[in-house]
Amino acid sequence: MTYKEISKEFLDKANVTIGDRILVSKDDISYEGILLDRSEDAKDAYIVIKLDSGYNVGVNIESATIKLIEKGDKPKIGYSGEKIEKDSNKDNISIISTGGTVSSIIDYKSGAVHPKFTAEDLLRANPELLDIANYDVKALYNVLSENMETEYWVKAAESVADDINDGADGIVIAHGTDTMHYTSAALSFMIKTPVPIVITGAQRSSDRPSTDAFLNIYNAVGAAKSDIAEVTVCMHNSLNDGDCALHKGTKVRKMHTSRRDTFRSINSEPIALLSDGKLKSINLPYIKRGENKLKLNTNLETKVALIKSFPGITSDIIDYHIDKGYKGLVIEGTGLGHLPDYMVETLQRANDEGIPVVMTSQCLYGTINMNVYSTGRLLQDAGAISGLDMTPETAYVKLAWALGQSDNLDEVRKIIQTNIAGELNESSSLKYFLN
Amino acid sequence: MAKNNKTKKSKLDKKNSSKKSKTPKIERDWEELGLMMGLEIHQQLNTKHKLFCHCSTDLTDDEFDDGIIRNLRPTQSELGQIDRAALQESLRDMTFKYESFNKHTCLVETDDEPPHSLNREALDICITIASLLNMKMVDEFHTMRKQVIDGSNTGGFQRTGLAATDGYLDTPYGRVAIESLGLEEDAARRIDSDNEFTQFRLDRLGIPLAEITTDPSMHHPEQIKEVAYMIGQVLRSTNVKRGLGTIRQDVNISIKRGARVEIKGVQDLDLISEIVEREVQRQLALADIKDELIKRNASVEDRVYDLDEVFKDTSSKILSSAKSIKAVILRGFDGLIGKEVQPGRRFGTELSSYAKKMGVSGLFHTDELPAYGIEADEVDAMKKFLKTNPKDAIIIVAHDEDIALNALNEVIRRAKMAFDGVVEETRKALDDGNTEYMRPLPTANRMYLETDIPLFQITDDMVDSIKNNLPELPDAKKERIKKEYKLSEDLANQIVRRLLGDSFESLLAKVKVDPTTVASVLVSDLRDLRREGIDVSIFTEDKLVEVFSLLKSNKISKDALKDLMLEISKRPNDNIENIAEEANLTLLSENAVKEIIHEIAIQNESMIKERQMGAMGPLMGMSMKKLKGKADGSLVNKIVREEIQNIL
Repeated sequence: MTYKEISKEFLDKANVTIGDRILVSKDDISYEGILLDRSEDAKDAYIVIKLDSGYNVGVNIESATIKLIEKGDKPKIGYSGEKIEKDSNKDNISIISTGGTVSSIIDYKSGAVHPKFTAEDLLRANPELLDIANYDVKALYNVLSENMETEYWVKAAESVADDINDGADGIVIAHGTDTMHYTSAALSFMIKTPVPIVITGAQRSSDRPSTDAFLNIYNAVGAAKSDIAEVTVCMHNSLNDGDCALHKGTKVRKMHTSRRDTFRSINSEPIALLSDGKLKSINLPYIKRGENKLKLNTNLETKVALIKSFPGITSDIIDYHIDKGYKGLVIEGTGLGHLPDYMVETLQRANDEGIPVVMTSQCLYGTINMNVYSTGRLLQDAGAISGLDMTPETAYVKLAWALGQSDNLDEVRKIIQTNIAGELNESSSLKYFLN
Repeated sequence: MAKNNKTKKSKLDKKNSSKKSKTPKIERDWEELGLMMGLEIHQQLNTKHKLFCHCSTDLTDDEFDDGIIRNLRPTQSELGQIDRAALQESLRDMTFKYESFNKHTCLVETDDEPPHSLNREALDICITIASLLNMKMVDEFHTMRKQVIDGSNTGGFQRTGLAATDGYLDTPYGRVAIESLGLEEDAARRIDSDNEFTQFRLDRLGIPLAEITTDPSMHHPEQIKEVAYMIGQVLRSTNVKRGLGTIRQDVNISIKRGARVEIKGVQDLDLISEIVEREVQRQLALADIKDELIKRNASVEDRVYDLDEVFKDTSSKILSSAKSIKAVILRGFDGLIGKEVQPGRRFGTELSSYAKKMGVSGLFHTDELPAYGIEADEVDAMKKFLKTNPKDAIIIVAHDEDIALNALNEVIRRAKMAFDGVVEETRKALDDGNTEYMRPLPTANRMYLETDIPLFQITDDMVDSIKNNLPELPDAKKERIKKEYKLSEDLANQIVRRLLGDSFESLLAKVKVDPTTVASVLVSDLRDLRREGIDVSIFTEDKLVEVFSLLKSNKISKDALKDLMLEISKRPNDNIENIAEEANLTLLSENAVKEIIHEIAIQNESMIKERQMGAMGPLMGMSMKKLKGKADGSLVNKIVREEIQNIL
């Protein structure tokens, strides 16, 4: 129970707990219903009652009296379903839940959407999924994606590898959307995969009828059954509950705070579109099922920072990171890949200390080119490594991974500028902008 | 008290029976039937913005910019159960298309952006309404999600909250308890529906609605009409929307032998008593069917039979064009399927309205066969094939395999309910006063907390400052207007009832003329003109001020007002004084009037001499006829009198 102080005392005195039927009376009004919990951040001295009409109402308990009418149980959420049978004619898909909106449900305790829904619940809430595959489901961890940390990538990669070794025909990872593109990039670098690894999520939580979770997962399973053996992100392609886009894990980014079609391919196109759990069209060449052998390389250097340039930025921001022992920096520079020229000296210092600095652009679209303006050439001379057409997020993940492979500056530079997992394009298509 | 009620009721009955009605009126003893009724009134508020976003609350007929296609799924509610109404709708597997606008709607309506904070203006109007209805505001407003997955809300739920409870309204039939006042979002407008999807327009979605619920204590159809009317009057004294579709009434009805049924969307108050009468009729018929079924020891088979074989050579076009023909057997139901439950609606209609939710357009039953090209020998063959006995009824559906199966499973489900008599349902009001099944009654399970909107504390200060500035209620307004402007009871009453009070007072503030004249123009003349098919919307306040100014400056007589308005309606953009002159409606000067009357007096000299002052009447008549509104009556009277005296 999260009631505190005044309201806790009020309830304790009457021996009332959540789920009990109570009558609260004041001089001119009374309310009868079931006591609900109240979110921790809400104002004290109010209690929440669910009336028989279904409405919740907050009652100020100052000068109120309370009477217990009937003890009750705290309502529980969860699907109690029958055992899920396997069918040998269907593909075996492994669903790994990591939390986030896609596996969220209303949390009684805080009154907020909370990641409490397991992969198994997800199947029971979306029984149509059972028509198209067999599933192994596991809840790897349960974090909102803003709370995601780099070691979770390692855990996820290891778990995926286990499932592939155990014979999974494809992997679906349910993930929060905020940092989904970091995870998709990380898995892209860490796993060479013989089967599809599809990350999906939801912008509207599963507890609402309009959730996008079902369509995204359904198509993600479709993608996991397909021939596209890459790490991809599968999400709504438009505001319609129609097609889903399958984005390359290293070329995708969350571009809107709330829209369903928030994920967009940056400097790329989606590999494919899916509809009704099936591939609908293919836009890009891809690595086919079985082409790669499973290989896991989860070495990461976590002391890497992503720094955004802005008018008025000062060198001490870079110096701070060097002083704090950061092993690599990604700069989200302006335009073609710039920092103010007065920062060249600091960049030189990083280079001298063996710290790679990768330049990306806050334009997001387009390729870094530090040859066009003099500042760019000065930055290159000071050791800045071009992130080419990578998004800042992908460059960040790649640098962390590259530093996990080598601490030699030249080696790292080479890794950054070598295409590992589809993150670099030699040429920019006219279609790669705002699509 | 009880006695008192009874006398009131009998009076009501008389009033009721004297009215013309579409169905032959059966005098019912409502008390004996145990009729219980409650009202739910939905009123759009006239706020600047929607309840949870910054979009305007005006509807639009513009071409839409995007058509967004969506599906909805039912979910678990806070209490861990899926709501049965929501589940029922979801089985229909419907796809929805939403017309969205770049200018008029935003991402909140398309469910692509979390709702913004609660609209304070709407809440303030609720506090006003609550105060006028003697209600207690809640201490803290919690926005809830009420699951509605018929597509009318993009989120699959309507956002709604309880604002106030425990009020009352005094009516000529006694005090009615007002149970609750809710503040909620209006739903999207249903534009079109076809096999592929139902189309909605997002402009209406999110307009604030006040939802007022009375307790189910009303016992007479006329009473519920009066209460609906009175609540409407209270609402219209506040800042609410006016016009078609801005207020909607739902009626809850039950009788002792029946069950609670909610009838949605009663647009016309005059239809309420008809709807009640017909619903009572339906409940009684269903109760009779129940008794009969039990007496017959009837039963419903769970099995759906395939009839493709029986009808493979049928000449019935409806049957031969369908992909599959299926049937269920209702043991002991013979004759009851065709039993009328409402004028023109049979028990079979009740079954078919359940089946229709699964996508069929109707069903056939043995009480109506042979018909629709199905021959008698085919019916016999079918009965033989199904080995039914003459007391059984057969229901047939012809459609695609799975649709027919779903539809007949619904028929089985509904037929089983017949053993309980009346089913608790939400029904839709039809134009003739009948009702049609919509969905099961919603349960409290469909409500859960809207977590995207903070809880909102309503303080005493907020309530008090509004309470101190309440608008005038209709009754008080009538009394004041009557006294202040010396109007007759009838005129004052009509002015207020027809919401003309503000215009009336505003006109008089701008042009000082006789209030009774202004009132009768507003109450009678405009209505008469409208009935003659004239578009009276051209008579804006400014235009009426011009008209009354002519009266004030003695350029026209009040007898010419209506004729003048008729002329204005023919050429609304022209100068009103010119119109009056050209239509020959302006007043003559006193001398001109004198001249005309003098002429008349001379011509009738002998009559005057003969009848003396008794000639007043005929002479007045002749003068008024000749002057036709071009002179004021009292002036004519004065001059006629003088002329007669001159001659005598």
